Amino acid sequence: MKHLKRAYLALMIVFMYAPIIVLMVFSFNRSKSRANWGGFTLGWYSELFKDPKILSALYTTLSVAVLSALIAAVLGTAAAVGIDSMKSRGRRIMMTVTNIPVVNPDIVMGVSLMLLYIFLFNAFSFLRLQLGYATLLLAHVSFNVPYVILSVLPKLRRMDDHLFEAALDLGAPPFKSFYKVILPEIMPGVVTGAMLAFTMSVDDFVVSFFTTGAGVENLSVLIYSMARRGINPKINALSTLMFAFVLILLYLINRSDTSKQRKGERELNEADY
Amino acid sequence: MLKGSAKRAAVAPYVIWSALFVIIPILLVIYYSLTMETDGKLVFSWANYARAFQPTYIDVMLRSGRLALISTAACLLIGYPVAYIMASREFENRSFLLFLFLVPMWMNFLLRTYSWLALLENNGILNTFLSGIGLPKLALLYTNKAVVLGMVYNFLPFMILPIYTVLKKMDHSLIEAAQDLGADSRNVFFRLVLPLSTPGVISGITMVFMPAVTTFIISDLLGGSKSMLIGNLIEQQFMKVSDWNFGSAMSMILMGVVLVLFTVFTMVDKDGEGGALY
Repeated sequence: MKHLKRAYLALMIVFMYAPIIVLMVFSFNRSKSRANWGGFTLGWYSELFKDPKILSALYTTLSVAVLSALIAAVLGTAAAVGIDSMKSRGRRIMMTVTNIPVVNPDIVMGVSLMLLYIFLFNAFSFLRLQLGYATLLLAHVSFNVPYVILSVLPKLRRMDDHLFEAALDLGAPPFKSFYKVILPEIMPGVVTGAMLAFTMSVDDFVVSFFTTGAGVENLSVLIYSMARRGINPKINALSTLMFAFVLILLYLINRSDTSKQRKGERELNEADY
Repeated sequence: MLKGSAKRAAVAPYVIWSALFVIIPILLVIYYSLTMETDGKLVFSWANYARAFQPTYIDVMLRSGRLALISTAACLLIGYPVAYIMASREFENRSFLLFLFLVPMWMNFLLRTYSWLALLENNGILNTFLSGIGLPKLALLYTNKAVVLGMVYNFLPFMILPIYTVLKKMDHSLIEAAQDLGADSRNVFFRLVLPLSTPGVISGITMVFMPAVTTFIISDLLGGSKSMLIGNLIEQQFMKVSDWNFGSAMSMILMGVVLVLFTVFTMVDKDGEGGALY
């Protein structure tokens, strides 16, 4: 029985990894065919780094992800502090609004933002605006903010309200009280939210697809247009690099987590004695 | 009084932001869905919704529902045993096993879907292998089967994770108690383990069905001309034929379906968790 279970798990792991591994192996294939091996080459990788479209898409993806995560972190943290202090009714309304981008299908969010942008462009037609980097960034901030709010709120709920009031009573201005008293306590939530936001932004295709234009493409949009045209070993090379990058990142995060945990445990043990 | 208002003021930018980027866009979708362009002006009309219920589009909606349902069922049948085996105490390194199933999720969704192109193509690896051992080639790519396969592959971890979490938290002494009372393994599973894991199963179903019913990438890359789903229809209306009014009506229908399902699932889930307490 145990062998059967082991075999089943192994089979499922093969199912999960076979397509990825095939993709990676064929990025080193000299022949452009995806079924026959024509010898080893690194040519697709060097072409990848010579392709200005891919490089600019990489830059767009990363800069949009970093900027949208930062803006969402500031906006979302402020919002969470406000929502946390609200009475039940206002709070319920704000939570419903916050949940809309989370539950709403990506594609509906994408087309609704596209309609908004076109509507505004027509209203301010003298400015001659068009879809591009700014609209892409604003869209990413919009779907990122809820994730920051949802990861900061639990931290705020666990905090003692009186600490902030005490700081105010002692004469600190509201922003300084927030900065000195609340922020250090909720920082883990803010960081988690910002990291989540970064990941969502890098991974997003659907919303980007509808909200970008004028030649501004992030990696997802570029990969989509390449993949629709069929086979392209450059995509394989790009996938391999992205997957390797993710694996290294996961490994580093995991390692720092366990070392922190060990340190935490050690401190706990020392505290016992 | 003043202390509360200092904090409450912090929400103001977000209120403006979500009014502009969440509420108004949805109102615009509603507005477009209820209007038609006549002589360059938008005039109120139900025609877009009426058009959505023509047989062609009913077919598209039914197909979306059917393919998403098949994929969800397949994910449950394949994923439940995975979660169950991982949660049983037979294996060391359980968290590493779980990690193995989650790593592919970190790869870009598009790339994961694209990777199946190479395997399923007419002259792809699977067919080369089949003809190599003397079997006939299969026409898999650009069919509904390929779409279902793509959905199962992409969303399987969403099914495994919640079921695994519930099963892992389950009190093992319950199983021992049932065994002591003479239940055979089939009874233990169907009358104890399966009912207790309902909350995990329900959130797994939600997390697989929702993205499956709204996707347009999987059907676009792996499906053929007969695999058009609601998502493809909406994309087509906005990006290719520029009929924003009809596209908005389809978006409203999709949003309605998702919201209703989500409400139902959360209600059922609450009942499930309440039941699991006793």
